[in-house]
Amino acid sequence: MNSIAVRATADDIPITREKLSIRGLSFFYGDSKALHGINLKLHERQVSALIGPSGCGKSTLLRILNRIYALYPNQRAEGEVLLDGENILRPDQDVNFLRAKVGMVFQKPTPFPMSIYENIAFGVRLYENLSRAEMDDRVEHALTKAALWEEAKDRLGTSALGLSGGQQQRLCIARTIAVKPEVILLDEPTSALDPISTAKVEDLIDELKRDFTIVIVTHNMQQAARVADRTAFLYLGNLIEEGPTSMMFNNPKDRRTLDYITGRFG
Amino acid sequence: MKEHIVSSYENELRDLTRKVAEMGGRAERLVADSVAALLKRDTELAERVIVQDKAVDALQREIEEDSIAMIARRQPLATDLREIVSALRVAGDLERIGDLAKNTAKRALALDGEYRAQKQLRGVEHMSEIAIEQLKAVLDAYSNHDDARAIEVWKRDGEIDAIYTSLFRELLTYMMEDPRHITLCTHLLFAAKNIERIGDHATNIAETVHYLVIGEQLSDERPKSDTSSLTKMSTSR
Repeated sequence: MNSIAVRATADDIPITREKLSIRGLSFFYGDSKALHGINLKLHERQVSALIGPSGCGKSTLLRILNRIYALYPNQRAEGEVLLDGENILRPDQDVNFLRAKVGMVFQKPTPFPMSIYENIAFGVRLYENLSRAEMDDRVEHALTKAALWEEAKDRLGTSALGLSGGQQQRLCIARTIAVKPEVILLDEPTSALDPISTAKVEDLIDELKRDFTIVIVTHNMQQAARVADRTAFLYLGNLIEEGPTSMMFNNPKDRRTLDYITGRFG
Repeated sequence: MKEHIVSSYENELRDLTRKVAEMGGRAERLVADSVAALLKRDTELAERVIVQDKAVDALQREIEEDSIAMIARRQPLATDLREIVSALRVAGDLERIGDLAKNTAKRALALDGEYRAQKQLRGVEHMSEIAIEQLKAVLDAYSNHDDARAIEVWKRDGEIDAIYTSLFRELLTYMMEDPRHITLCTHLLFAAKNIERIGDHATNIAETVHYLVIGEQLSDERPKSDTSSLTKMSTSR
């Protein structure tokens, strides 16, 4: 008899503190509203995935979390995003300080046209005044954390542009880690990478979540299923459903989520 | 439910459930025929059951290969994943049901020419009627994604177990009364055990249907009423 008494939807994700709390968040590109009153909690030392079809607002949501949208005119956010209880959308928020706390890695690797070492040291110097030895340690630590140290240690002085795509992406992650952030935002970090580099980045995400709160936007459903503790599904600027990843991919409650993840959209 | 964007995926899924339904129909037929062969001493029918079990086995292999290919190629999620996992599990149960029917058919052949009395067959007949009903009901529940029906089947299996236990005692009594009954009753006991096992597989399928429809495993321990393994009978009078 296989009366299997197995876990159903109950999940064994450890409950951690709320790191980011998004409350009634709307976003506008000029006159057009891209997000409609999003409420979402992101927990410390967990990986949260944002999924949804193109144009659903998931990258927009990610870009609000470190206020990178503020670089562009006519874009504005309404509502609240609390980072450790502090609203980061308030006008007097120091955005440079915020971006050191909330780091971001983009879809395409974006190394600076300088040496591997300088790629990492550059950002650190903006916030901290370290001795040469301290800086060396910081660079090594960041590269080790990003699983790039072994490959890069003998060529730290050479141009970062000579690295492969996968290595460049891990360098960008190292660069983000080096300034000691608390939250890391990943915007489709592996969509331009081959399967081996993708596996390395995913392995890295598992490693990084011990120290950081991670939010990842991905189009790859299997990737979300593999790396995320919790998953949120957005559609047409609305948050449709959010929950433990295993629940979202095995037994979603909303028909739209089901249609999307099983490839029945449109 | 909406169709998949990839229409070949849609077709593969439909094909898979169609094969499981076909396999179910064949297995059900084998069970009915094997019992009929036993009760009516129809050796021709028994031989047909033995041959036709091969088709059920072949279907199981096909379903397994199709399912593995779909998991590898489509990386199914949610309802699709459950549909495929369920097809695999149900096909496994149906294959075993086919084997059990085949075993009953073989016993029908072994009993050819043996002495038999109608009253000893009655218990087996009654038990098989319920088992076949259960199997029919659960296959309907599978085809129609009907969870309520599946749970009914799941709860009803105790009845077959209880009949089996009393049949076990009854057949033992016949054997003690008259040693000429031993060959017949032993075969009947095994046949009854086969039918009891078929009932168990029907409840396995019921559990799978629940998982398929609801997305959760049935976790309660089903009440077991087959206590024949604990039965003792004193031979000293």
